[in-house]
Amino acid sequence: MDLFINLFINGLATGMLIFLLASGLTLIFGLMDVLNFAHGGLFVWGAYSGIFAYTWSGSFIVGILGAIVTGFVLGWVTEKLIITPVYGNHVQQILITLGFMLVLSELIKVVFGPNGIPVEVPSYLAGSWEFGEVILIKYRIFIIFIGFVIFGIFQYVLKKTKIGLIVRAGVMDKEMVQVLGINIKRVFLFVFMTGSAMAAFGGMLMAPYSGVIYAEMGMEYAILGFIVVVIGGMGSFSGSLMAAILVGLAGSFMAYYVPYLSLAVNMILMAIVLIFRPQGLFTNAKEG
Amino acid sequence: MMNSLLKLDQLQTHIGQYHILQGIQFEAIEGEVSVLLGRNGAGKTTTLKTIIGLTPASHGKVMFEGQEITKRKTYDIANLGIGYVPEDQGIFKGLTVEENMKVAIRKETDEVCEKQAYILELFPDLKKFWKKAGGHLSGGQKQMLSMARAFVNDSKLLLIDEPSKGLAPIVVEKVMEAITEMKKKTTIILVEQNFIMASRIGDTYTLIDDGKTVHSGSMAELIGDEELKRKYLGIG
Repeated sequence: MDLFINLFINGLATGMLIFLLASGLTLIFGLMDVLNFAHGGLFVWGAYSGIFAYTWSGSFIVGILGAIVTGFVLGWVTEKLIITPVYGNHVQQILITLGFMLVLSELIKVVFGPNGIPVEVPSYLAGSWEFGEVILIKYRIFIIFIGFVIFGIFQYVLKKTKIGLIVRAGVMDKEMVQVLGINIKRVFLFVFMTGSAMAAFGGMLMAPYSGVIYAEMGMEYAILGFIVVVIGGMGSFSGSLMAAILVGLAGSFMAYYVPYLSLAVNMILMAIVLIFRPQGLFTNAKEG
Repeated sequence: MMNSLLKLDQLQTHIGQYHILQGIQFEAIEGEVSVLLGRNGAGKTTTLKTIIGLTPASHGKVMFEGQEITKRKTYDIANLGIGYVPEDQGIFKGLTVEENMKVAIRKETDEVCEKQAYILELFPDLKKFWKKAGGHLSGGQKQMLSMARAFVNDSKLLLIDEPSKGLAPIVVEKVMEAITEMKKKTTIILVEQNFIMASRIGDTYTLIDDGKTVHSGSMAELIGDEELKRKYLGIG
């Protein structure tokens, strides 16, 4: 039982980090129909810029704010320069965003150096709580808490505010939103920037969790993000959370019980979903 | 004094390689219901879509309240006061009736709130199913919601595409009554295949054939012209 709880907490924390990355991705994918492989690049830039701000200021909060601001700015640049010319063309989107992803990763090496950077958990989040044989690592609990808070905020914004309603309506029928007098491109930009900021925020939280940041980590997590979007259902925010938790837990348990399958488990999960329920496992926003 | 609200001058529209509209000449007079008539594929729906900017014109002009709107974006045209009710109603299926209305309302002024109350009197079903998802409404209720959304703002002109399509006769009657009521507050351009309905609520007609305007005039004239109805509408 103790082992189960430890593996569960570990998987849940990883799932929440993937959720932060995938939440932006699912909105961008669902609303804008854009395949943004550069999303991982924003994740890694969030990690590096956040850790830079954290080291410079000595405050983890400043680090988080630094990552979010970087995400917003890079999101604006990416949408304006990279995405705008390729709206409506998936092949071009894949090619240009993959290319931009590589540019972002290489730029990390130019700006911060080619070697990985070790990162420590801030002192007030370091250590663990022990309950008999169960060890709860504080930082993991913190990540789980933040994940649920972010989910709650997004649910509130999407369901209770006008901009949230417009975003949900846009996922269902972009043309009709314009007919009602709403500039959908401006909504696209806002969603893209928010999604990018979420990726950067996820990258920043991931840094102390993994203990080291490196330029290539963006691609690894971007793939996980896409898997989550496919499993959860395009455009479904709740689906992203459930799928991210599923992927996190599957990875955690498989790594312990069937380690040689731990890397393949996510792909297997995605393949099963694509065969039996291609629209995704959970509620699809397009259908409500 | 008859004020021209919208004027289409030699309007042409291409969709991909197809030349759909090849010269539409049309004028909507303030306070009237103008009906666009013609066979399937004649270009009626494309005419409405071109007015609202969804299928932009390749040649010709769209004039609204004396200003040219041909090249404007759809949201910009809508904000000028043109509401559009598409053939498929365009309901956001995952949003409730209330949320569909909220998305449509641009500014919650007293005037808009009054208008919403007026619409809910006109369509009591919407009030009844206020918290129900759009996707779970009947065809008639979806039509009512779509019309309500287009009408709730300061809509000077409503473009309504085939409101009777696929509806039971009793529901068609309700929709007709609503359009007759809405006519008192706004100008309407109606695309309608159901000639009986069109002739009852239309003030003027424009016949479209192969993407061109072939005839226009008062509805009373058309009702009496058996030859024209047989030739272009296959009636009689």
